[in-house]
Amino acid sequence: MAIGVLRNIRRLIGTHAFRLAALYFLVFAASVLGVLLFVYWTSADFVERQTEATLDAEITGLAEQYAQRGLSGLIQIVAARSAGDRGDAMIYLVTDPDGKPLAGNIAAWPAGVPIHSAWLSFALERVVDGRPELHPARGRLFVIPGGYRLLVGRDVSDGAAFRGQVRATLLWAGLIALGMGVIGGTVMSRNLLRRVEQVNRTSERVMAGNLSDRVPLRGTSDEFDQLAANLNRMLDQIERLMTAMREVTDDVAHDLKTPLSRLRTRLERALVAPSEASSAAGSAQNEAIRAAIEEADRLLATFNALLRIAELESGARHDQTEPLDLSEVARSAAELYEPVAEEKGFTLKVLAETGVRIRGDRHLLSQALANLLDNAIKYAGGGALELRVFSENGQAVLEVADRGPGIPEADRQSVFDRFVRLEPSRTTPGNGLGLSLVRAIAHRHGGSVTLDDNDPGLRIRLKFSMLPT
Amino acid sequence: MKILVVEDDRDTATYLTKGLSESGYIVDCAGDGREGLFLASSGGYDAMVLDRMLPSMDGLSLLGALRAAEIRTPALILSALGSVDDRVKGLRAGGDDYLVKPFAFSELLARLEALLRRGAGPTTATKLRVADLELDLLTRNVRRAGKAIEVLPREFRLLEYLMRNAGHVVTRTMLLEHVWDYHFDPQTNVIDVHISRLRQKIDKSFQHALLHTVRGAGYCLRAPE
Repeated sequence: MAIGVLRNIRRLIGTHAFRLAALYFLVFAASVLGVLLFVYWTSADFVERQTEATLDAEITGLAEQYAQRGLSGLIQIVAARSAGDRGDAMIYLVTDPDGKPLAGNIAAWPAGVPIHSAWLSFALERVVDGRPELHPARGRLFVIPGGYRLLVGRDVSDGAAFRGQVRATLLWAGLIALGMGVIGGTVMSRNLLRRVEQVNRTSERVMAGNLSDRVPLRGTSDEFDQLAANLNRMLDQIERLMTAMREVTDDVAHDLKTPLSRLRTRLERALVAPSEASSAAGSAQNEAIRAAIEEADRLLATFNALLRIAELESGARHDQTEPLDLSEVARSAAELYEPVAEEKGFTLKVLAETGVRIRGDRHLLSQALANLLDNAIKYAGGGALELRVFSENGQAVLEVADRGPGIPEADRQSVFDRFVRLEPSRTTPGNGLGLSLVRAIAHRHGGSVTLDDNDPGLRIRLKFSMLPT
Repeated sequence: MKILVVEDDRDTATYLTKGLSESGYIVDCAGDGREGLFLASSGGYDAMVLDRMLPSMDGLSLLGALRAAEIRTPALILSALGSVDDRVKGLRAGGDDYLVKPFAFSELLARLEALLRRGAGPTTATKLRVADLELDLLTRNVRRAGKAIEVLPREFRLLEYLMRNAGHVVTRTMLLEHVWDYHFDPQTNVIDVHISRLRQKIDKSFQHALLHTVRGAGYCLRAPE
């Protein structure tokens, strides 16, 4: 269960839709963050800057007063301004060089405030509703010649509360915006990807042989519609070519096979009746005709195999697939070949796991397997001949392994080509189409064929995607 | 026995007509689909041999029309198309057997005879007998002259098919199709070895051989004369 969820998540992360949504979200989040920071700066910092401007103006004013009226004048003005709560939360304090207050609306020099820096942030003890509270304050120090100090400050607890409010509001706004970003990104990329997915699914169906399938159009004539229309035109052309090819193939099959068929029947008719064949001449003539008939049959078998491969590779064949157990296909082929294998000096063994199921055409798979067994019996000379069915990395594998001379690595690709036979003398009967047909059948099933060294011998593996058990 | 041949290729038609007449059948021949349909629906034939590609009406449509009219004359389809798929289409359209061109006349004859026998109605017997060879379909025992013979399951089916067609030639292709359900010819002659093994079991220690090889055609299981 947990593994399934994990796999789903991994698959989701792998999709382009997810990456697109994530990118969209990142860009969106960055811009939202930028906007919010700007709003925060302009609103919260505005209050602070205003406080600083007020304090600056105040201290400049008081400094002018001092310049005109001296220390006593300054003390007077400060005392006047400190009298009564003016509701603007201003703080004034004038002290002597020892820090003893001379005038002002706070009782003592605030703890921990240095006497040299120009701008100060400090905590001020205030009594609100009979309870002492620490209020943040912002202030400016003006040192008067002679060591006297003037502190002008302002209780900024209101500003801090405002700043907190702004922060909370922006945080919520940000969260909502990001949430909408996630939803928006998902919906947008889903819509986009759904259309790509349509193209994908159509091409898969076409590749599976359903040549008349087309990508649906929305009629919006946007880029996707144009892409779909172009793909459809391409598919039309492919279908036309395929149909033409199939027609040609069918015509060739009919037109060439009919005269060949006639040739064969004429030869058969030419066979002298058994009663007359007792003479030496009649018997020799019959032998010659039989040899000619066999030659015609071989020609036709080659011709049939070629047509068959062409048909399989064109994908024009209608599907006759069904879920089937590979071990059954293997057992049935082994059952057919076991006597002939034994007679030629082989020990044919089937090592099949059960439950290795694929979707396939039983007749075609049997034919592929029969071709492989034919080859092994023709070329391997004898010894152990093993037919294995197993699953590996989620793939179904059908393997034929012999102990013969094998195939040199350099030739392992070319043997799949039509008419390629490794035996230079070509004495063994065969048309060099067996492996081509095997490969065409494997590809038809969406599978692959590989040749490997069996140390010694040849190991041929057909791999297919496995059906879940 | 009356056979209808529907074939547009004159050479093949002549050959078929001649060969079938020589084998003791009464043969009518139609050169195109329409004529074929007309003859088949009026005629009372025991079987017909039908080319798949015909002028004016192809073999499968002809067959479809016949079957729709409840005419069940056994039909052997001849075709230049050999894939399993085409075969399946032919049999679905109402054909009883399918033979790919070119074919040996002996193959056609063997299959036609098998169709005619099938037309005679299914046998309900549970035991098949040829001379002193006996095969019990229920207990799956094989005995010859009262002596039990051990056979493998596939040998049993092979023998059953041969005995059901006793006295007639069955070809290698027919055996591959009916006993193994393989619709292609392997390059190795796998059937011959199966037959020789069966022969070892049912013929070897007896005076008269029952299972014969018919040169250029196939095999025949028959009682000694």
